[in-house]
Amino acid sequence: MPVWTLFGLTRPVASTRWPGEGGDDGQAGVQGLPRHHADKCDNGCRECVAACLPGALTRKAGDEARLNVDYGRCIACQMCVEVCPTGAMESSEDWAFAVRDREDLKWQEALQTPPAQALKARIEGAFRNSLYIRHVDFGSCNGCESELQALNNPFYNLHRLGIFFTPSPRFADILLVTGSGTYAMRDVLLATYEAMPEPKWVMAMGTCAVSGGIAAGGYSSGHGLEGVLPVDIWLPGCPPNPAAIIHALLMLLERAPQRVRGGRCE
Amino acid sequence: MMRNTEERRLTVAELLPACEELLAQGGRMSMAWGWFPGSAAREICYLAAPGPRRPFVLWRCGVTDETLPSLAVRAPALSWHEREISDLCGIPFSGHPKGHPLVLHAGAEPVTPPLNPAYPREVGMPFTRRRAHAPDVAGSDIQELPFGPVRADVTESAQFLFFYLGEHILHYLPRLFFKHRGMEKRFAGLTAELGVVLAERVSGVGSVAHALAYCQAVEAAGGCEVPPRARWLRVLMAELERLYNHLHYFGHLADTTTLKVGQAEGKLLEERVKQINAITGSRFLRNLLVPGGLRRDIHLYAGLATELGRLQKDVNAYLKQLAHTGSYLDRLITTGVLDREMALAQGATGPVARASGLDEDVRRDHAYAAYADMDMDVRVPLRTAGDANARAEVRAEEIEVSFALLLRLLVRLPAGEVRAACQPAASAEGLGWSESPRGALFYAVHFDEQGKLARVKIRSPSFSNWRVFQYTVRDSNMMDYAINEASFGLTIAGCDR
Repeated sequence: MPVWTLFGLTRPVASTRWPGEGGDDGQAGVQGLPRHHADKCDNGCRECVAACLPGALTRKAGDEARLNVDYGRCIACQMCVEVCPTGAMESSEDWAFAVRDREDLKWQEALQTPPAQALKARIEGAFRNSLYIRHVDFGSCNGCESELQALNNPFYNLHRLGIFFTPSPRFADILLVTGSGTYAMRDVLLATYEAMPEPKWVMAMGTCAVSGGIAAGGYSSGHGLEGVLPVDIWLPGCPPNPAAIIHALLMLLERAPQRVRGGRCE
Repeated sequence: MMRNTEERRLTVAELLPACEELLAQGGRMSMAWGWFPGSAAREICYLAAPGPRRPFVLWRCGVTDETLPSLAVRAPALSWHEREISDLCGIPFSGHPKGHPLVLHAGAEPVTPPLNPAYPREVGMPFTRRRAHAPDVAGSDIQELPFGPVRADVTESAQFLFFYLGEHILHYLPRLFFKHRGMEKRFAGLTAELGVVLAERVSGVGSVAHALAYCQAVEAAGGCEVPPRARWLRVLMAELERLYNHLHYFGHLADTTTLKVGQAEGKLLEERVKQINAITGSRFLRNLLVPGGLRRDIHLYAGLATELGRLQKDVNAYLKQLAHTGSYLDRLITTGVLDREMALAQGATGPVARASGLDEDVRRDHAYAAYADMDMDVRVPLRTAGDANARAEVRAEEIEVSFALLLRLLVRLPAGEVRAACQPAASAEGLGWSESPRGALFYAVHFDEQGKLARVKIRSPSFSNWRVFQYTVRDSNMMDYAINEASFGLTIAGCDR
């Protein structure tokens, strides 16, 4: 009869200390959302627009030469990087893309949005050391669920940060939504939100929940949480990796700074 | 003319006799789909598998206004396929044993069948939820439990309807398709190259299997030759995907049998593979496959074989420990028995089928990528008990085979180009498949007259296995349900699409 306790005790500590000093975020080599260099963009070239499946890259109306870049629609598929002849879209390892204001996911020539506001009423003081998450799958590909489940593996060990998942919306502080928003889940999602006590927050996790992603529109899919619920944290990515999810949760608790403004990652 | 398969044209009257003949000769029906080849034309396609290692045969039948005979009365594995075709293509079947909608929820009212090209592309279906179909179960002590669609900690959305008496489950019905995103329709109008980005996102934990089956369908349609190095690297990606999925499976199975250390170790091993996956730039091995090969080469660092060897040692120690844990085996042995006959009739696939004695694996039987070039047989583990333990044992042995394939591949990987041009001609058609961690996965691809995708049909292994799974739940215990479900290793995104 094997003794699992002993098996566990003989193993070295597996948890990363990240985001603490010198901790490993486990993301070496993972490609993030591509960076945009407007100065290198060849006016009038449409290669990247045609190659962008979810429509993150579009031409500005009335100013055909200008490119719109909306990271809220980006699935990090790297197609634009491959087709761009001038290097205006560059591969990067930028993944800490959580923002409080959806506008911050749109690339801006000059920063217009004011620095991220502290959360209203500073209720977060009460939750700074503990947070309970109710996750709802609003029609995902299960990539986001796979990374959410990874948060509780020994490497990321979310519990060490005082953050937990709860099966009941009655105990939840934050509703974490993944998926593009299918017609059959809409009333279910709203009922779950209703069942949560105040104060409550909402996080749109993954490009599908932010904008609908690759499944946006059509006969059975929506545009994520756009116009469905008030969102406090937007986190694009396909899927966002575990470190990005942890960063977003700590940002909500004001234990980490927002890293992206005007579509640019620090 | 669909490539990669033989083809037969049948009339409506010939369908049922053809089906009976196929089954009498030991064949199986693999899938069925409908589509709209012209402005008013409708066609129904069936994929028949005449027997082990024999080529697939596509049956095509033009549909006018008549009702089609249900083949599900003879081949139950087609039951969900026919209901899906009714829902999405508006083609009715006569004599179907269970005629109510499957994919569309009660209260969804599309203006025309959603897969009809006349359906406006960006218009959602009006939906007011109505009471879903439920069987008539009556009795004073019988409890009814609708569990979900929001349930447990982090799970995919689905509802499970239980009718039970004490611990005993009298009837069980999975209500799926809450997550139906209409993915097959989203392919319409895309180029072959962009379609792969979509295929990778049908089921995240099956990104490689989906993209690979899609690419191979397109390559068949276009008659493209994939360079050898790309074919070998495709095997590398597919086996890494199998590894992290199977390790996740054991972590989850240990969780349902309340082995907390066993759960943690399984999930940690899964994480180690996901971090190795980053050699492709993605933890899900995405953004690399493309019709014609790979989008770029993979840089394999020098220590990779050593790292895989270390991982293999830890995985073996873990699986051995599990196999010697009495409390874990107690919960698995005799739980959720699927006998061979049921597995065959209802269309089980993958490790689920192999645990019930069906000797099949498309990596060996219909070899693709570089599986036939590696100078080693893909060993296909088999069990006959058909219980949760057999399903776990099959997966444990598959992990061994994956490591063997990976380590051989790293030694013999050929050098060279990784991409060839691949643009199928107008109206080309192709069939592709891959053995995903959950079983055989099929893509049928039809191009239109402009060389864009017209119709893409996906048969995911979870669609097949969810259908089979329900029959192992009836007359079992509530306490064993979670273990039984975990032992099937199903995804919902793959099933719902």
